[in-house]
Amino acid sequence: MDIHEYQAKELLAGFGVAVPKGGVVYTPDQAVYRAEEIGGGRWVVKAQIHSGARGKAGGIKLCTTPEEVRAAATELLGKKLVTHQTGPAGKIVHRLYVEAAVPIRRELYIGLVLDRRTERVCVVAAPEGGMEIEEIAARSPESILREVIEPAVGMQPFQARELSFGLGLSSSEMNQAVKAILGAYRAFRDLDATMVEINPLAITESGQVLALDAKMQFDDNALFRRAGVAELRDYAEEDPRDAEAAKHGLNYIALEGSIGCIVNGAGLAMATMDMISHAGGEPANFLDIGGGASPERVAAAFRLVLSDPRVRCVLVNIFAGINRCDWVAQGIIQAAKDVNVPVPIVARLAGTNVEQGRAILRDSGLSIITASTLADAAEKAVAALSAPVGRTLREKVS
Amino acid sequence: MSILVDDKTRIVFQGFTGDKASFHAKEAMEYGTNIVTGVTPGKGGTRHLDRPVFDTVKEAVKATGATASGIFVPAPFCADAIMEAADAGMELIVCITDGIPAQDMMRVKRYMLRYPLETRPTLIGPNCAGVISPGKAMIGIMPGSIYTQGRVGIVSRSGTLGYEAASQMQALGIGVSTSVGIGGDPINGSSFVDMLKRFEADDETDAVMMIGEIGGPQEAEASLWARDNMTKPIVGYVAGLSAPRGRRMGHAGAIISAFGDSALEKAEIMRNSGLTVAASPAELGMAMQQALLKPSQRVVLA
Repeated sequence: MDIHEYQAKELLAGFGVAVPKGGVVYTPDQAVYRAEEIGGGRWVVKAQIHSGARGKAGGIKLCTTPEEVRAAATELLGKKLVTHQTGPAGKIVHRLYVEAAVPIRRELYIGLVLDRRTERVCVVAAPEGGMEIEEIAARSPESILREVIEPAVGMQPFQARELSFGLGLSSSEMNQAVKAILGAYRAFRDLDATMVEINPLAITESGQVLALDAKMQFDDNALFRRAGVAELRDYAEEDPRDAEAAKHGLNYIALEGSIGCIVNGAGLAMATMDMISHAGGEPANFLDIGGGASPERVAAAFRLVLSDPRVRCVLVNIFAGINRCDWVAQGIIQAAKDVNVPVPIVARLAGTNVEQGRAILRDSGLSIITASTLADAAEKAVAALSAPVGRTLREKVS
Repeated sequence: MSILVDDKTRIVFQGFTGDKASFHAKEAMEYGTNIVTGVTPGKGGTRHLDRPVFDTVKEAVKATGATASGIFVPAPFCADAIMEAADAGMELIVCITDGIPAQDMMRVKRYMLRYPLETRPTLIGPNCAGVISPGKAMIGIMPGSIYTQGRVGIVSRSGTLGYEAASQMQALGIGVSTSVGIGGDPINGSSFVDMLKRFEADDETDAVMMIGEIGGPQEAEASLWARDNMTKPIVGYVAGLSAPRGRRMGHAGAIISAFGDSALEKAEIMRNSGLTVAASPAELGMAMQQALLKPSQRVVLA
């Protein structure tokens, strides 16, 4: 789960990471009020969307008068920002963060990730912040410093000191940086994060070490024990189809193609997509119906896949272990009755109760194209794309 | 011989009295698996599926001599259950449950380091289909009927894609010595390398089917290890060629976030390491059939 910059800063500040004064606002009036409350005379108005590279997309404005703050807020609220992370669809700005602008002497990069190679938390630091870590890694890979954290005892101050001195900080800067790094680590550990990024961690003209931008990602599997984190979820930032899928225990990701997929198991779902590509088609989505799928869940999967107007054929591929083919078959029939299925369905069932499942499809009177193997299913789905679209399944049922 | 489990292995199920554990314990017993006992805290002293139930794994081990555990407890309690099994001296722990917090698994892996390598329990999973040695025993959720007893090992991150491989081989008359699902999480108990080592040492395994997916360094590490150490042929496949970058494809671990994470890159490393890469997921069985005809190819590399 992702959260906004202002939420990440609030959380990190609670763990001792120093951040500039700021506050979240939802209207231009609030923005001006907040700027005057912060004082100073230089502010940044920052669009809050779940994406990096907001500056390049015009989502961050430097202001020197309350009027400029009002103008920036008016312009940004409701604006669609397109970054390489949002994709071409972009994201609408609903919230802004108004923050004191501080003169910067240096920008550093600090990131904490769950490193899959060592299976531990890894703290990454680089002396040139402000750009993405991929960019730093490409430009000067030798400048990147790493500390792997022993999970039994957590991050030790000497590790944060080594990073700080490695970044070339003076001793007073080092003390503040150590506090920020250790605080970020504790936040990572105590809140079940999977990623914390402070980029840049800035050294101001007056020698303060401040987190100018912050990003946090959390482990969905741990939200059950992090109620305070779970409530930071911003549904406006999420694809409504993702939320609909989650409600039914489905795992759905929209893609660009025309063959809708309904599969059990993440690996088999990816393999089915691969097979469609191999057969000359393009998958419209990734969808894993999970284990123990009920007829209702299968029907929900159909509704979800068919909500994509690009879908011109649905391929169902179920290899039942913990699932049962007869239930899946009932789900297909229920979906065909409840939902208008205006496109051909290709179904491949295998595994537990496969004979009952195939019999249910056969006896249903629906014109479902059955397939015996993965290759057969993909080829039939691709062939169905070019077949003339006949009556809908619903018409055939009635 | 097969690896990890056979018909002699004495098995305890943790979370034994729950619905899923009960269903799969019954299936496994019908398959011939030697499940001797179960553990559900608070239900000690009762019987379930005609087996004694204990409050703790230690008690179950003392009474029955179990050496392997199948874990079916809910995700929030899994790390605890795995460590309890390790502490009770289990040689093999198979954790089926999915949805375990990553930091819990980090702690579990750290906990395992307290045991010297020779006595360290082998953890399979979590978020996996489990282990089956066809014709002998299973700890998991796979349909037993799709496996023919034979001499090819399967190691797969995905459960259902492992089924796909087994059934394609069955259709061609190729049998399986042991099939292991190592799970789809970013941190899992055993890696591809761990399983390749066992298959290489197993005199009843002639070849290995290795099925990976996008995300993480494991497939590449295993390919390089195989290049330098493996004498038996390996057929490889990496799911997710059409997966977009940065999106989690169902499994917590299946995400392209770093260099080398994509299916294309991994398949390339497999090929360069001397593995036979199946052209599509529909050709897993056929690729294995061909690999078995000319095993000398890999021997040369070793």
